[in-house]
Amino acid sequence: MDYNVGKYDVAVVGIGHAGCEAALATARMGLKTVAFAINLDSIALMACNPSIGGPGKGNMVREIDALGGQMAINVDKTFIQVRMLNTKKGPAVRALRAQLDKRAYSAAMKYTVESQENLDIVQEEVVKILVEGEKVKGVVTKTGGVYEARAVILTTGVYLRGRIVIGDLSYSSGPSGLFPANELSKSLESLGLELGRFKTGTPPRIHKDSVDFSKMIIQPGDDVITPFSYTSEKIQREQVPCWLTYTNETTHKIIAENLHRAPLYTGEIKGVGPRYCPSVEMKIVNFKDKKSHQIFIEPEGNGTKEMYVQGLSTSLPADVQIAMTHSVKGLENAKIMRFGYAIEYDFVVPTQLKPTLETKAVQGLYMAGQINGTSGYEEAAAQGLIAGINAALKIKEKEPLVLSRSDAYIGVLIDDLVTKGVTEPYRILTSRAEYRLLLRQDNADLRLMDIGHSIGLISDDRYEKFLKKKKSIDDEIKRLKSVKITPTAKVNEVLTGLNTAKLNSPSTLAELLKRPELDYEKLKVLDEDREQLPDDVIEQVEIATAYEGYIERQMSQVAQFKKMENKKIPDDIDYDEIYGLGFEAREKLKEVKPISIGQASRISGVNPSDITVLLIYLETKRRKSHNE
Amino acid sequence: MKTDSCETIAAISTAIGEGGIGIVRISGPRAFEIAEKIFKPRIKKSLFEFKNRTLYLGDIVDSNDEIIDEVLLAIFKAPHTYTREDMVEINCHGGLVAQKRILALVLDKGARLAEPGEFTKRAFLNGRIDLSQAEAVIDIIRAKTDRALAVANRRLTGEFSEKISRIRSNLLNVIAHIEANIDFPEDDIPEAEPEYISQEINNALKMVEDLLRSAGSGRILREGLSTLILGNTNVGKSSLLNALLQEERAIVTDIPGTTRDIIEEYIDIQGIPIKIIDTAGIRQTTDEVEKIGINRAMKHLQEAELVLLMIDVSRKLTDDDKRLIELVGDKTTITVINKVDLPVAVDEYEIEKLVPEAKIVKVSALKQEGIDELKTVIYDTITEKMGFTDEGLIVASERQRRILEESREFLKSALCAMAEGVPIEMVEIDIRDAWEKLGEITGDTVSEDIINTIFQKFCIGK
Ligand SMILES: Cc1cc2nc3c(=O)[nH]c(=O)nc-3n(C[C@H](O)[C@H](O)[C@H](O)COP(=O)(O)OP(=O)(O)OC[C@H]3O[C@@H](n4cnc5c(N)ncnc54)[C@H](O)[C@@H]3O)c2cc1C
Ligand SMILES: Nc1nc2c(ncn2[C@@H]2O[C@H](COP(=O)(O)OP(=O)(O)OP(=O)(O)O)[C@@H](O)[C@H]2O)c(=O)[nH]1
Ligand SMILES: [Mg+2]
Repeated sequence: MDYNVGKYDVAVVGIGHAGCEAALATARMGLKTVAFAINLDSIALMACNPSIGGPGKGNMVREIDALGGQMAINVDKTFIQVRMLNTKKGPAVRALRAQLDKRAYSAAMKYTVESQENLDIVQEEVVKILVEGEKVKGVVTKTGGVYEARAVILTTGVYLRGRIVIGDLSYSSGPSGLFPANELSKSLESLGLELGRFKTGTPPRIHKDSVDFSKMIIQPGDDVITPFSYTSEKIQREQVPCWLTYTNETTHKIIAENLHRAPLYTGEIKGVGPRYCPSVEMKIVNFKDKKSHQIFIEPEGNGTKEMYVQGLSTSLPADVQIAMTHSVKGLENAKIMRFGYAIEYDFVVPTQLKPTLETKAVQGLYMAGQINGTSGYEEAAAQGLIAGINAALKIKEKEPLVLSRSDAYIGVLIDDLVTKGVTEPYRILTSRAEYRLLLRQDNADLRLMDIGHSIGLISDDRYEKFLKKKKSIDDEIKRLKSVKITPTAKVNEVLTGLNTAKLNSPSTLAELLKRPELDYEKLKVLDEDREQLPDDVIEQVEIATAYEGYIERQMSQVAQFKKMENKKIPDDIDYDEIYGLGFEAREKLKEVKPISIGQASRISGVNPSDITVLLIYLETKRRKSHNE
Repeated sequence: MKTDSCETIAAISTAIGEGGIGIVRISGPRAFEIAEKIFKPRIKKSLFEFKNRTLYLGDIVDSNDEIIDEVLLAIFKAPHTYTREDMVEINCHGGLVAQKRILALVLDKGARLAEPGEFTKRAFLNGRIDLSQAEAVIDIIRAKTDRALAVANRRLTGEFSEKISRIRSNLLNVIAHIEANIDFPEDDIPEAEPEYISQEINNALKMVEDLLRSAGSGRILREGLSTLILGNTNVGKSSLLNALLQEERAIVTDIPGTTRDIIEEYIDIQGIPIKIIDTAGIRQTTDEVEKIGINRAMKHLQEAELVLLMIDVSRKLTDDDKRLIELVGDKTTITVINKVDLPVAVDEYEIEKLVPEAKIVKVSALKQEGIDELKTVIYDTITEKMGFTDEGLIVASERQRRILEESREFLKSALCAMAEGVPIEMVEIDIRDAWEKLGEITGDTVSEDIINTIFQKFCIGK
């Protein structure tokens, strides 16, 4: 029997990576929020590898931080190793990645949400979404609890009709031995939402004491730790290494001989898995020529002996998992503590969402995270934050927050989801971003903190600090452009000493900084009286000066891009009325309902001539209404 | 599914002079309505009830019910037509005059005369064909010789697009490799080595440059190689033009300064269209009208791609002649020594010294001697010296050439950045830009510019 629990502004279903950000955002924006999880011990659980960040992903973590989200802060509290990747390449693609203490991460996040004002946490399975007319009304839980809410945010991860597959064994389950959510999908379908089915997988976990590290290559963290959050000061912490080993021909043989028992190939698994994160059996089948694949052994935390075997993601039967693990150098005696598995789950086709992550069908119903067909903690957190912010803004009757592709990776992610949809679990990649040079991990605060502050998730204090940083960056860039160095004998001697060409005519410090041989530090001798600036300021000054040409080029590309983004398509456009649109384009446009010509042009199946036709139509309309 | 805002257009669309049967085509939302007003079919049926794509016999009549021509008429219903609009085709037998009268009638009833290539432009706008194909059709309309037509046809089948696609897919491979390295730094993907990247950029650059070269040849095929006959008064320039044309086109007299206007005519040398320009002879003069002519000739000299420098063998070289030779500068030149039927007065050796680069051909324009040899020398000069080729030839429009040039610049800049050791993700911007730019040729990316141009050139709305 149903019973009434109470009235909330926002109900968040799921307290995973998306749910945490969503619930914290709405509560912090002053709305009374309730959040549900099937098991409260699995808040912000890292069901797969204990690591956060990397190319694109790390940028998003920083963006979340600049918008006032929690992920970066939680990472800094609980990492056991940090590495900056791509350091041999340029600043635009440098990427921060952290290994985390899985338990500690989850516990710290749990404590954060528990401590949050305006936020109630409940262990309950939500089984139904309440809707009245076209508006969401609340949720009902398995025990019959009715929670009224003006907005509902679904962040259910891989739990919807979750089904675990290991070899020929399969059973209904959530991840990591948790219960699945088998009822909610029906409620979603009854709202007219189209669901799809994806799969993902995870490798075995092994016992540390059974691993022979002497046969592996050590992978230590960076000497100098770069924190994720802009709020973190310098961090000094003992880091734990990861270990590198390889599969070999024996491993591949074992897998090949057992392919007939692999659910991916027997047809047992129907959901589509991610291409960029293939199971080891897929790697062997698809890349027959490759004689070995990398295996990283990663600690799951400080207080545990479990280790994660990155690269051995599999749904082969347990006996094959044991054999193939033992074939790897250093893992000859490895004891498997948890077996790898694949999990199939329902997702909601994301083209049914607006760029605010609200469903087009039901007002006030939002979706974020893996339920939208993405994969990854960072992708989930980013969406959770945006869904939370937009749900709150809508209740407060304020303008929604839609980040564009030129603002943030988060903008790229969401635009891709709602515009192009997904054909496999979606992961952010830096190559998905057109303006990568501008969307660096080092400048997320410069890009987004104004927004974070204006929506109320960045405190005045933090914002003041940020403004100060911004000012000293601007001032220093200006100064470098104005200070001229004259080619005296002494100056040229110094330059020669720095292995760079002498000056023939006066040059500004900025011009000198552009030389590949020089950097800010080295210029000190020519610029003795300068004020000592913080490292993060120097970094911005260096990048902005040294790569000015390229940065300006991207900015002018962005200006072009914005022109098309700003050509808005009216809500009431009737695509059936437009002469000359291709059939497929017409159908796609009707489905996606793009908000701008820019967005329309990114829909697959809408080709340039369709865009031309659309532009002509809009232009015609405009002229007509102009004349009337 | 109608856009009332679009006008209905009409034109005679068979090449004039082709066997008498001409087609008047009408396209646009009012095509049927207009045709209905002027067509009296033999069977008693309204035009609106006609079967799609079926010929009906009948008469075209004017407002006074006077029969203009007996015709076959077919209607084509949108969107399965060339322009994706409603279309009518009127096949007329009565020759050019009748065709023109029918067209006039159609225009009277509310159609507008189509601009050259407008049917094709509409086809593009309505998504029927891609940009590269549309431009090829426009080029066909302007093709000057059979050979040019063949090349234009080749492009229509997408050969040009194919070449572009090949360059793009090579570039895409490089881009993808760089991206993979960036996005998956911890996977064991071999690093794209700078040498490999530079090599690939260089290959693409070469291909783009080849295309540009053959686009240059393509332009010659479309517009003709502009060839100026330059010489003193009375050396026989007009006579040479006539000899090349095999007709009395220019007035020939023995009075120096006869030609005062510029005469342009096309000839075909082994399939290459040559635009021959006969000018006023250049000399010091006080005659005002002649002066204007000379000035124009100078202007034409600047624009000319090939110069036929003419010298009268029967007269000694004057200062005027020498001045002329200086004017030619480093233009590709053929020295034509005329009037070889008369006694020789000039020193051939001296001429050879004055224009050492130029081949010398001796002719008699009057007697039509040496003309074939001159043609051969012209052909050789174009193919050898000017690098003209029709192998894998493309006809590029001005827009396409500009795109190729811009892509070339991006690729050069990428190469340069590679040499300077600029971070790979920045070099990649150039590579990506080149890749995207090339996509504009086939219409794979539509930039704001294209759209703007379309809006400028077309009737959209009222
Ligand atoms: C086996 C496995 C393999 C993975 N492999 C990869 C990988 O290779 N690469 C990668 O990037 N990512 C991988 N991930 C994905 C990553 O774990 C998720 O993308 C991320 O955790 C998604 O976050 P989320 O917030 O959407 O969902 P989750 O973090 O899963 O959180 C879901 C939350 O919803 C709650 N919930 C669900 N249904 C209900 C309900 N009806 N009522 C109440 N509460 C409910 C759950 O209790 C939980 O709190 C994998 C995950 C799993 C499980
Ligand atoms: N004998 C002889 N006379 C020629 C030849 N070519 C031209 N002439 C004569 O030379 C005179 C001038 O010929 P044009 O062709 O008018 O010379 P032009 O260079 O065009 O002269 P302008 O237009 O006045 O500059 C005419 O009387 C021609 O008949 C030739 O090959 N042999
Ligand atoms: Mg003449």
